[in-house]
Amino acid sequence: MTVHNTLSGAAALALIAGGALADASCPLDEGRVSVLGNEFPAIQAVVARAAECASDVQYQQNLTTEHKNIQVPALTANPAEYTSAVVANGTLVPLLNEGLVRPLDDLIAEHGEGVISPAQVITVDGQAMAVAFMANAQHLFVRQDILDEVGMEVPTTYEEVLDLLEAIREAGIMEDPFVANTAVGWNLAEEFVNMYSGYGGEFFEPGTANLAIDNEAGVAALEMMAALNEYAGPDFLTYDSNATSALWAADEAAVGILWGSRATEILGEDTPEEIREATVLAAAPTVGETGIPASTLWWDGFTIASNVSDEDAEATFVAMASGIEPAVLEGNEDAAVWLIEGFEPGKAAAGVAATAAAGARPYPMVPYMGLLHTALGNELSDFMQGNESAEQALADVGAAYEAAAREQGFLE
Amino acid sequence: MASRAMRRSGAATTISILFLVIWLIAAAFPFLWTLWGSFKVQADFFSLADWKNALTGRFTEAQTGSPFTLDGYEGAWVQEEFWRNALNTLIVVVCVVAISLTFGTLGGYALARSGKRYAFVLLMVALLFRAMPHITLVSGYLLPFFEWGIWGALPTTIIVLVAINQPFTLWMLHSFFLNIPKDLDESAMVDGCTRFGAFRRVIVPVMWPGVITTGLFSFLLAYNDFAVTAVLLSQQNQTMVPRIAAFLGSTQNEGNVMFAVASVVSATVPLFLLVLFFQRQIVSGLTAGAVKG
Amino acid sequence: MPNSTFLKFIGPSLLAMILFIALPIVSVVVQSLHVEHEQILVEVENCVPLAGCTTVTQVDNAATQALRDEQPLGRFVGLSTYLDRNHLAADAVSLAWRASDGIGDFLGRVMNLPFYKALAFTLAYTAVVTPLCLLLGLVIALGVNALPKVLKGPTIFVTLLPMIVTPLIGALVLYWMLDSRGILGTALVNLTGDPDLSLRASGTLTWLTLFAYGIWHSAPMAFIVFYAGLQSVPEETMEAAVLDGASRFERVRYVVVPHLMPLVVFVTLIQLMDNFRVLEPVVAFNSQAVATSLSFAVYNDLRGGDVPLFGSAAATSLLTIIGIGILVTPVAIRSWRDFKRRHGH
Repeated sequence: MTVHNTLSGAAALALIAGGALADASCPLDEGRVSVLGNEFPAIQAVVARAAECASDVQYQQNLTTEHKNIQVPALTANPAEYTSAVVANGTLVPLLNEGLVRPLDDLIAEHGEGVISPAQVITVDGQAMAVAFMANAQHLFVRQDILDEVGMEVPTTYEEVLDLLEAIREAGIMEDPFVANTAVGWNLAEEFVNMYSGYGGEFFEPGTANLAIDNEAGVAALEMMAALNEYAGPDFLTYDSNATSALWAADEAAVGILWGSRATEILGEDTPEEIREATVLAAAPTVGETGIPASTLWWDGFTIASNVSDEDAEATFVAMASGIEPAVLEGNEDAAVWLIEGFEPGKAAAGVAATAAAGARPYPMVPYMGLLHTALGNELSDFMQGNESAEQALADVGAAYEAAAREQGFLE
Repeated sequence: MASRAMRRSGAATTISILFLVIWLIAAAFPFLWTLWGSFKVQADFFSLADWKNALTGRFTEAQTGSPFTLDGYEGAWVQEEFWRNALNTLIVVVCVVAISLTFGTLGGYALARSGKRYAFVLLMVALLFRAMPHITLVSGYLLPFFEWGIWGALPTTIIVLVAINQPFTLWMLHSFFLNIPKDLDESAMVDGCTRFGAFRRVIVPVMWPGVITTGLFSFLLAYNDFAVTAVLLSQQNQTMVPRIAAFLGSTQNEGNVMFAVASVVSATVPLFLLVLFFQRQIVSGLTAGAVKG
Repeated sequence: MPNSTFLKFIGPSLLAMILFIALPIVSVVVQSLHVEHEQILVEVENCVPLAGCTTVTQVDNAATQALRDEQPLGRFVGLSTYLDRNHLAADAVSLAWRASDGIGDFLGRVMNLPFYKALAFTLAYTAVVTPLCLLLGLVIALGVNALPKVLKGPTIFVTLLPMIVTPLIGALVLYWMLDSRGILGTALVNLTGDPDLSLRASGTLTWLTLFAYGIWHSAPMAFIVFYAGLQSVPEETMEAAVLDGASRFERVRYVVVPHLMPLVVFVTLIQLMDNFRVLEPVVAFNSQAVATSLSFAVYNDLRGGDVPLFGSAAATSLLTIIGIGILVTPVAIRSWRDFKRRHGH
């Protein structure tokens, strides 16, 4: 932890710089552009355009699944190794916690016109901190042919999902028709976060890091998860996205809660045609009385590092902004659920769009959410295996979270 | 060793051979299966619908028109340019083995000949060093490496792997040098050689079996490493193993399992060649070393 | 050897180890004794695409930074990270002791704590895999040694396969094959006649699978060392044993094994250390639900979430080192005696 620009300090600097260097445009003729991000095809498409814009200046990219493990030290160094980090809800938080990304308001005002719509901007405390270009959420995948067979409609609530699962089992179509990403660890925790959000639960006491999941909504969420997984295969605690897509393609599941970003693959040619044709993507079901889809919205967007010169920051912003111009959609329509103007959600994007339209909440962007997520991932497996009660599981999560939050200085 | 003493009765031989055959099947089958599967499409490789699909290639035939396909290899090597990663691995491995062995032979020799208490203590401490989980070490390197601007470069990773490799290398070579009679180098020193001269003239010529064996273990460590290379190398310097892991995709992002399978098979080929080439030396090296605990 | 010569010879090696292992270990120790500063929190409005604005809590960077600048290492807390619920869980264990009605109940409560759950599997894995892999290695070595010369080469090569393939990938391949619909999984279902058999669903079966993987993966290392050792078993002793009417088993027991003893010690030491750090199969088999290890706890702290828990990982790492230290102490004492004997101190 060496030099930090505080948020307000960086904003002041950006203000001064904004006026001085207003004429940067593609192709760039000065500055340094260096991008760290995940290895999504959509991110690759964006970064490829940014690279084109920066072809005459110092350019570097590192798109890797390891990005979240190196982003904090990489941006802490001064000057930062990367001038831009492509992040998601979860991965922006550690950067915000350390003040490693700069406010973008002035850069957006200067260079964002016609490219960046206000709906794409992630603001924290009134300051733009990231520009999102794609969205993601887990939602319902269901097989129309099997719905027809049991004579039911696409379910909109989890209660209906349970009825449907029971009907499928009763009819002897499939013994284990349900599939979701329930591998112990990050995936299982995400399932709980979704379900608990669906019940309208708050994760923390407002304004503090005190955990607030040990309540009726928490127990109800766990019990709903257990009820659903009654209909899942016996090894559901090892199901990750690779396993669930493969199961779907192998005609081993009729109802799935899967990532929208995996829809292109599931609807692609690796899936036999009759399954592909019969797969319907719908909004994540609601649960209980709230009417909120039991899912959380995720976005991916770019940030600009604090510990770089204003010239480099501006050059990087211009390059990244050109990366998310509507032209990027060409040939990449199916690569993601884009948040870019002109994007028409196709079949693969329908589920995420419907989930967002139904009012799903965003994945919480609070500093200690990651700690809770890890604790959930570690402590829920005993409950899911039927070895302990929901209350005990929530108490274990609370204890694990508290120890971690104390270590991180969020709790006394 | 075809000694008479080791010759057995019929029943014992049969049991022994039978056991060996079972073991060989257990050792080889996963690789043969992977090799076979690497010429299929994903649906057949996992064959979740029916395991026989993996043999008949039902989906492979449906998708590509033939029961075997090179799509996985083509995708990995041509489309994803896996050869770059292979090249990086080659550089890393050659350097790590060479440097490890240079440092290790010198150090191991000193430890074997010192006879001082601190030499033993040093050896034991080095052993305990080996117990440190690599990912813990690596997460400590990140910030300083970024600040010094040496993160991502191949030499940084090479020297880190050399250091991590040293305890094992030192230990194995030290045991090996213990078995080279002291008289050899001491008589050379009586003849007027310096310690280093004695080492170079007398020890170096006889140390190769041990060095080759140790080198193979160093090679395996560098070749198979994931914890260090995954976080210390930039994209253009990435080695094979992290790249294969990346082919598998992540929770939200679709991977391409068949690219991973094809590259796993490809990554194993050099190891096969290496073992075939060096198997005699591995065995003779350990014999000469008669490694002691 | 004079000290200065010793230093010259070992210098490069020592320097590399000090820089890249010893210093990081020191910083890990320091880190494990500190926790982060109190994070000053503020409530701010947060707006995101598709979902609008909400009030969220954020870290007040300026205020927190001021605290950090004062004490860059964080707050010193002594051993409290080691004793907290995610590690040794001193409070939870004593509570369990008081609340439990019998040793079984106590153990059940303790096994609910992540550290002890991981320790239990780690110890079981080490205790099962180490001896079995030594035994398997020895049996294979004896078998290969008796083969006709022309068969030896290919046999050695195939035997080494499980060791030389990247553990993460090797484990993953086996995991796919052992899926209840994969080839080995299907074979097992047919063998047992139980259509619902899934190795991943049951705790016991997962443990057994991991043990089997461990033995499969480590036996080649023991094999290659023992096989090398067998090449120098003295012929005369062997023949004398035959003349004395020793059975085959007795010859192995009283001639071969004693001859291989130094190698057994070497392999045991390496295997104890490596097995105690078992990580790859736990990751590849997705087995955290029923089997985690200490190394996995470290991995999970550093890589599992969006925010790495350095202090927690540091504490677990050091506990791992202490565990290994305890395990290898008998071997170290033995080596110390050898060393003294050799050098006549």
